[in-house]
Amino acid sequence: MKAVVIVFPGSNCDRDARVALEAATGRPAAMVWHGDPDLPPADLVVLPGGFSYGDYLRPGAMASRSPVMQAVIRAARRGVRVLGICNGFQVLTECGLLPGALLRNAGLRFVCRPVTLRVETADSAFTGGYRPGDALRMPVAHHDGNYFADAGTLERLAGEDRIAFRYLDNPNGSAGDIAGILNGDRNVLGMMPHPERAADALLGGTDGRALFESLAA
Amino acid sequence: MSAPGEDYGGLAPDEYARVLEMLGRRPNAVELGIFAAMWSEHCSYKSSKKWLRTLPTDGPRVLQGPGENAGAVDIGGGLAAVFKMESHNHPSFIEPYQGAATGVGGILRDVFTMGARPVAILNALRFGAPDHEATRRLAAGVVAGIGGYGNCVGVPTVGGECSFHPAYNGNILVNAMAVGIAPADRLFRSAAAGVGNAVVYVGSRTGRDGIHGATMASATFDDEAEQQRPTVQVGDPFTGKLLIEACLELMGTDAIVAIQDMGAAGLTSSAFEMASKGGLGVALDLDRVPQREEGMSAYEIMLSESQERMLMVLRPGGEEAAEAVFRKWGLEFAVIGRLTDTGRMVLSQHGRPAADLPIRPLADGSPEYDRPWTRTPPAPHATISPDNRDPVAALRTVLGGPAGASRRWIWEQYDHTVMGDTVGGPGGDAAVVRIHGTARGLALTSDCTPRYCLADPVEGGRQAVAEAWRNLTAVGARPLAVTDNLNFGDPERPEVMGQFVGCIEGMGEACRALDVPVVSGNVSLYNETNGRAVLPTPVVGAVGLLDDLAARTGMALPGPGVALVLVGETRGHLGRSLWLETVEGREEGPPPPVDLAAERRNGDFVRAEIRAGRVAACHDLSDGGLLIAAAEMALAGGVGATLRPPLDDAVAGLFGEDQARYLLAVEDPEDVLERAAAAGVPASRIGGTGGSALTVEGHSSISLDELRDLHEAWMPAWIAGG
Repeated sequence: MKAVVIVFPGSNCDRDARVALEAATGRPAAMVWHGDPDLPPADLVVLPGGFSYGDYLRPGAMASRSPVMQAVIRAARRGVRVLGICNGFQVLTECGLLPGALLRNAGLRFVCRPVTLRVETADSAFTGGYRPGDALRMPVAHHDGNYFADAGTLERLAGEDRIAFRYLDNPNGSAGDIAGILNGDRNVLGMMPHPERAADALLGGTDGRALFESLAA
Repeated sequence: MSAPGEDYGGLAPDEYARVLEMLGRRPNAVELGIFAAMWSEHCSYKSSKKWLRTLPTDGPRVLQGPGENAGAVDIGGGLAAVFKMESHNHPSFIEPYQGAATGVGGILRDVFTMGARPVAILNALRFGAPDHEATRRLAAGVVAGIGGYGNCVGVPTVGGECSFHPAYNGNILVNAMAVGIAPADRLFRSAAAGVGNAVVYVGSRTGRDGIHGATMASATFDDEAEQQRPTVQVGDPFTGKLLIEACLELMGTDAIVAIQDMGAAGLTSSAFEMASKGGLGVALDLDRVPQREEGMSAYEIMLSESQERMLMVLRPGGEEAAEAVFRKWGLEFAVIGRLTDTGRMVLSQHGRPAADLPIRPLADGSPEYDRPWTRTPPAPHATISPDNRDPVAALRTVLGGPAGASRRWIWEQYDHTVMGDTVGGPGGDAAVVRIHGTARGLALTSDCTPRYCLADPVEGGRQAVAEAWRNLTAVGARPLAVTDNLNFGDPERPEVMGQFVGCIEGMGEACRALDVPVVSGNVSLYNETNGRAVLPTPVVGAVGLLDDLAARTGMALPGPGVALVLVGETRGHLGRSLWLETVEGREEGPPPPVDLAAERRNGDFVRAEIRAGRVAACHDLSDGGLLIAAAEMALAGGVGATLRPPLDDAVAGLFGEDQARYLLAVEDPEDVLERAAAAGVPASRIGGTGGSALTVEGHSSISLDELRDLHEAWMPAWIAGG
């Protein structure tokens, strides 16, 4: 599997994503600069965490208009897998690849802590390494992770089995405890928790590793 | 603020006389502003220099001692740890969010200016009494500001400390420490070289924020502190992140001769420091300085403390490549002048001269004071009658109140897991950060016990260093070096100056005895409002090395059936203890004496046991003594424990704050005790783990669930206004 990691000037989890990908795939991941209008051939595009362009406007709003994102949107429509983590999830909702929005946390503060997720569906390339009902521990670290969508969208997400993960201990007020969702074609996943920070036993857990491994398989 | 001398721009009359003598004429307004900033306490260390020189600063591992942007020590593998701690007390009191945020930004710049990638941030915070009207707002703002900057630049905030005392009501302390890793043979320094070389400005544009920041930080507050708000800088962490990446990218080439961040006193001090260290002159055209606002005067440009700016000297021919790097990152890049051989700083604006000052005399001729000081009188012994009341009740009071409550509310607002190398985050004795791509790690901590320093500055100074050293030891690390942040009141008061002198004396002694040189630091004086000084607070930040991350330990009890061994001698010293302060409401007595030989002996023993893999958990005993340490270990591990009080007076045995002690959880206690005896280290088995409660033999128990609720409840409830 060929993976690329998009690097916005304010990305700060790009290296972490690369380390996790390379450990899972055994192959180098390509780093692609935000100003590039084209992507190299790839099976997976990762939008990493961080503060893409400072996020002084809504998080991800400017990034969704960047040159590289137009290429990512085209790739996603061709069926290339796209994984957005944290800020990457925010970018995906801003650019319309995923529905809904990520609002300021209900507690109005940045929150960094390990949370427990329940796997809601194993029916995707991202979650195929898990079983529905699995409980996963991984950290969140965000100020704006409070998932919001209108009632119809929430119903559709649930009805189409597109909710990938729910929090068992909702840290941010997300509707329906939603921590991660898939697009209709199931090739785009956005999630607020950080699987790349839960892929090394030394750092306290490896529950995120199966996500990268199932993508590599 | 006490009014600066109106005629002399903040200089004392004798200092102004010196200016006249040096120039042979009256300075113009720009020149006077430059003198005032350069000779401010904040920039010149004029009250503290004499005493700072007494600290040990050298050692076989030291690559860079005090005097550069940050200190550096060799950590093997061709790498250096680069670190420093710095205060942002005054700005944070005036504007907590921006004050704290720019404190983090500033200390990060100090570290990456040396060529190091920042890998960790710590902070030491002191707030006023929890029930003081301003404390809640200040604490919330400071914590949000630290998080706001560190989280955005993507450097994990891995540790720190926070305490409350009414002495900080009118003057909080916000100290931030940054740690970076650099190639040991590619450290960047600030001495300019090469007449004719370009002086280059990079980063953000210059605005009118932070003007007079350095002079503001060199005066005391009065009730009008709010009016100083325009002197506070405004941070832009996104630009800070870009500046880190752009500088590190350029540092991978050979374009840079010298580099200096623009911190206090902005362009003035950075240009002066670079030129004076290189023994050169500099000519700057202020029209070329990128400006955020129109119509800025030379005075404003030179004294602005706008953030995220750097000054560099580039090699001839390196300008084009350097500009490309900074443009790629969307940052300003401007050649604003050249190095000269005149030894003078010559500024021009709008084609006219704006200032012409001799560099060396101004830098070297800064005043140095031997301020009068009086030794702090010994604190009378506190009479404490033997007490056998239920220690568990006291435990509830301490752990459930401001002094002992969990700081989780603070550190959950900091991203402490970004960069994927945080092996041990906040809440332990020392944070542990893996050296990226290796199996080795750095252990990091900051510590100080101001109530000890108030009662006995020398002992308090010793204790601050000893406790930081102990924190590193408790995770199995070898302490390498320290940085310090010396926060005191008005040095013109002999009793305050005496606190400063005493603390330095104790710190120096401890640094020598424990082999940890001071490689960088910061002094913050005039921390007082309406004549009331803060507690003497010499914060020590320390860095240690773990050669093998597998041979480390944490404080979480591993599970049931493990023995608890107390290392070190317990005498039951309750003077200045947390128990005396929080349970009895008395701030009395001398602090516990520090026996540096015992510190070293006990610590070296514990470290060796950890490295040999014989210790399942370890916690150093500090604030609150043995029972608090045991409670923290039980909570961290989620397993109960039973403890025998080590003295007949249970309270003294369980809450005494005797130094040089550790509580260990070990599988084979006989083996450990035997080796301790052979090493001359006092050690005894005092209990074991198991169950789901913390029990004091002969007294009572508390369930871990209740203990956890108690420990976690105070801070969120307080912030919420409860």
